[in-house]
Amino acid sequence: MSAKTAGGAAAAHPPVHPQDHLLRTDRLPHIWCTGCGIGIVFGSLMSAVMKSGLPLNDVAVVSGIGCTGRMAGYIKLDSYHTTHGRALPFATGLKLTRPQGKVIVASGDGDLFAIGGNHFIHAARRNLDLTVICVNNLNYGMTGGQQAPSTPFGAKTTTSPSGSPDQPFNFCALAAACGATYVARWTALHIRLLTQTIGEALAHRGFSFIEILAPCPTAFGRRNKIRNPLDLLRFYYDRSVVKNKISPDQAVMDFQGNLVVGKFVDVAKPTWLDGYRQVNSGQVGEWPEVAAEVPIPEKHLLGA
Amino acid sequence: MKFWRKPLDLAAVRPARGRVVIIEERCKGCSFCIEYCSREVLALSESFNRKGYHFPKAIKPELCVNCHFCEAVCPEFAIFSVEEEAQA
Ligand SMILES: Cc1ncc(C[n+]2csc(CCOP(=O)(O)OP(=O)(O)O)c2C)c(N)n1
Ligand code: SF4
Ligand code: SF4
Ligand code: SF4
Ligand SMILES: [Mg+2]
Repeated sequence: MSAKTAGGAAAAHPPVHPQDHLLRTDRLPHIWCTGCGIGIVFGSLMSAVMKSGLPLNDVAVVSGIGCTGRMAGYIKLDSYHTTHGRALPFATGLKLTRPQGKVIVASGDGDLFAIGGNHFIHAARRNLDLTVICVNNLNYGMTGGQQAPSTPFGAKTTTSPSGSPDQPFNFCALAAACGATYVARWTALHIRLLTQTIGEALAHRGFSFIEILAPCPTAFGRRNKIRNPLDLLRFYYDRSVVKNKISPDQAVMDFQGNLVVGKFVDVAKPTWLDGYRQVNSGQVGEWPEVAAEVPIPEKHLLGA
Repeated sequence: MKFWRKPLDLAAVRPARGRVVIIEERCKGCSFCIEYCSREVLALSESFNRKGYHFPKAIKPELCVNCHFCEAVCPEFAIFSVEEEAQA
């Protein structure tokens, strides 16, 4: 090994990391805390983009507000850091004006499912051709650790100091119920599987959703007895069980027991743009006339 | 390398060799790379960087098999591996 790369002499010419060409290196070190899982997910996303072979000048990353939302500011691709909760409406507009491009939304659980929840359900319902990466750190990290729609029952946050009385969303079940056609969940330590899944999601036509359970040692771990980043990363990974292809409503995250991860949904369905083109080319046919003689089943059953 | 049963093609297969590179000034000392290097190449250094974080150092650099896992698990883009000439 040469002394240059191993020791202090490297400081004058810092070595070039293989992902530096996709990073705005002038902004490093980034704002994420020691051991925050967002950096791992970000690296995985960049690897998947590189492996996809997509033309880099036609890939865009859109984020909302939050620690996770900062990804848009660190990636050296077309990117947009929208207002809180509005990543999906912005991404929708971007995709529809430039359908040949690949639009990735990377944001936090609060951004996508609290303030942005309504946008999420409708983007999934329309099967818009977008890839959504949600870093679920079980709270609002950026603002100091408030309760989020992901906060597990009983977990402590600044706004639930005695423990959250709410049941959290199962984001994967929600996404699938709304109409997402690709749905997966991993922890931040399932790096190879995550990168592979992001690659599949990028190649998928339609709304793909990937949730990553990631440590936020500073805001969440500290209040929930797992202050050490390594312990938190390991806690999620060790409790996880992989169950591919199961119905997402069975993919429960039980923090006292097992955390189900895997690829749950991968189906082909027309995207919103397919439907829009079909309507505009007059291929839908006439809406049927309502004929008076059609029996109404309920009434028939009632004997009326 | 220790084997549970000696592979038949042991003579023909050359294990990959890597060289691990650390960008000390980017490190925030989470120790993920140290913990998850399956070859135990890394350890926490006693020295620290400008921000006051202890960064990893390669204590057994010759054991690196260029698996890139430290590179993938590092949240700071502070460590990576490059291929070295395979062992004889
Ligand atoms: C309209 C508006 N309301 C509230 C806020 C304050 N705010 C900033 S980030 C955030 C929540 C972030 O949580 P999440 O999306 O989970 O991201 P994380 O920081 O956990 O990655 C909130 C409520 C804001 N910036 N804008
Ligand atoms: S507050 Fe939490 S989510 Fe935000 S950077 Fe720190 S560890 Fe990460
Ligand atoms: S490349 Fe693999 S073997 Fe080499 S230091 Fe990194 S984790 Fe260890
Ligand atoms: S994983 Fe990265 S930030 Fe963490 S100790 Fe290793 S080099 Fe430093
Ligand atoms: Mg969050």
